[in-house]
Amino acid sequence: MIDYALRRLLIAIPTLFLIVTASFFLMHAAPGGPFDAEANLEPQVLKNLEAAYALDRPVPEQYALYLGRIFRGDFGPSIIYSDRSVTSLIATGLPVSLQLGLSALIIAACIGGLLGTVAALRQNTNVDYAVMASAMTGIAVPSFVMAPLLTLIFGVTLKLLPIATLEPGGSLARAIPAFAPLTPYIMPVIALALPQIAIISRLARAATIEVLRQNYVRTARAKGVPGRSVVLGHTLPAAALPVVSYLGPTVANVVTGAVVVETIFQLPGMGRFFVQGALNRDYPLVLGIVIVFAMAVIVMNLIVDLLYGVLDPKVKTGQA
Amino acid sequence: MTLFAAQRDAQVALMEAAGRSPWHDAARRFAANRAAVAGVGGLVFLTLMAIFAPGLSPHAIDDLAWDAISIAPTRENSHWFGTDDTGRDMWVLTWMGARVSLTIGVLTTIVALSIGVIYGATAGFLGGRTDMWMMRFVDVLYALPLLFFIIILVTIFGRNIFLVFLAIGCVEWLTMARIVRGQTMSIKRKDFIEAAVASGLSSAAIVRRHVIPNAIGPVIVYVTTLVPTNILVESYLSFLGLGVQEPLTSWGVLISRGANAIETAPWLLLIPAVLLATTMFCFNFIGDGLRDALDPKDR
Repeated sequence: MIDYALRRLLIAIPTLFLIVTASFFLMHAAPGGPFDAEANLEPQVLKNLEAAYALDRPVPEQYALYLGRIFRGDFGPSIIYSDRSVTSLIATGLPVSLQLGLSALIIAACIGGLLGTVAALRQNTNVDYAVMASAMTGIAVPSFVMAPLLTLIFGVTLKLLPIATLEPGGSLARAIPAFAPLTPYIMPVIALALPQIAIISRLARAATIEVLRQNYVRTARAKGVPGRSVVLGHTLPAAALPVVSYLGPTVANVVTGAVVVETIFQLPGMGRFFVQGALNRDYPLVLGIVIVFAMAVIVMNLIVDLLYGVLDPKVKTGQA
Repeated sequence: MTLFAAQRDAQVALMEAAGRSPWHDAARRFAANRAAVAGVGGLVFLTLMAIFAPGLSPHAIDDLAWDAISIAPTRENSHWFGTDDTGRDMWVLTWMGARVSLTIGVLTTIVALSIGVIYGATAGFLGGRTDMWMMRFVDVLYALPLLFFIIILVTIFGRNIFLVFLAIGCVEWLTMARIVRGQTMSIKRKDFIEAAVASGLSSAAIVRRHVIPNAIGPVIVYVTTLVPTNILVESYLSFLGLGVQEPLTSWGVLISRGANAIETAPWLLLIPAVLLATTMFCFNFIGDGLRDALDPKDR
């Protein structure tokens, strides 16, 4: 298994290289540059600026320079946040995004799995219909609609939670002070997690129903194994498989969803830097964030694959 | 006489049995699914509204009603969906946005479908080393946060509507390729294909009678999930200000503008959001209905 993990990490290196190369040349392929937006720059000033960021060199040379810097762990200076390096921007943004993304991921997997299992065990009852109807709604209402609606209901109307800030606030924080540090994250995490909860609960339900029909479950029941043990021992592990295998795409969805959620709630995370960077053609910033995001997705995919191997004895990770 | 009647009945029954192809079965099962039929009805309604509704309003898309800025939905002056903060009529804007959103959903899916089917079928048919490298490439692309590539593409090559749908289509073909490849590979090895070959059926007939009907089910089901996904991707881009640009509009653009005015004029967000959600519902119902209707496991 360690062998397999190492091999997967080795494959990740050319993948990352591909990402860096593709995004680098894409960003430099189009006419125009990061200083287009600044009207009426003196030609000499523009020249000096370009020289400072090495933008006056030929593109292949810039590429070589950039690669060399990355190997030393330096993502270069940011252009729009002119006094900061990309590395320091990522260092401030990553913790916010990680907190947001990981909470959303864990909540989505747990609540989605739980809801799906319950719905499957109560198949074709009102519980089942209620869970599936809300799952349908969760899929139909994207996070960029859910986020403003949550703001309107819990922030503006009920004043329960703080809006667009990392400072604790709202009446919930005053009522339960122990909760206060969490309050700024509640709405962003819900907006981010809801669509994933919906998808995961549908997957978990379908998988559980499938398992419940299996002969070994019937055998267990015929033997007189109590219902709870059947669920815990047989259906849950089998039903967890599709959920776990979906966690890979979920990570990618959460990462991209974080871009919108951070923009709406004005959280200083990586997503907001990315949008700012892309809109202003801040090459080093965009490239740095893409690399970090891609690494996160690759690492999570690896963890998911390893977990899958642990859960499903049929998958031999050593030979994959 | 009775003998004759019995014979005729048997013959009729035989003819009916012959007329019930798997497609008829699937169509019957689909028609029995009320949610799926409602989904089709809803989509037809939305499409017709997108085509004709802007013409029903006395206002044009660029009419600015200075005397009626940010008014709630009203029958007065026929601002049925109200107006936005520049006095433009939301009814016209919403349905013009529907045109763009639905068109993008369909066109991007066609791009993704074409690339995915050709790529997947090629890999599946050729098999061996070629297949391995082709699918390894897909695996590598899968690991990338592709939406970021769309964003980079769009910011760099201009925020052009054609580019938006090309970029989305070029990114969303991966799953389609996997599905088609898997289908092609598994059908290629099936006994009934061998039986058909042994009974002397021509290759064209085998492809038409056996391969396509068996391979196309999951593809159709996936298409019904891809169209709403792509509509969402476009809305997402437009929400960030990277998708459709003025004077064109889409649901994503309207939702983005509505989200900024949610405290003062919630209908600006709610109307396009409800229509977008309805579209998602319809496609999901249709997708679920098709999956149940085409899934051979439940027959």
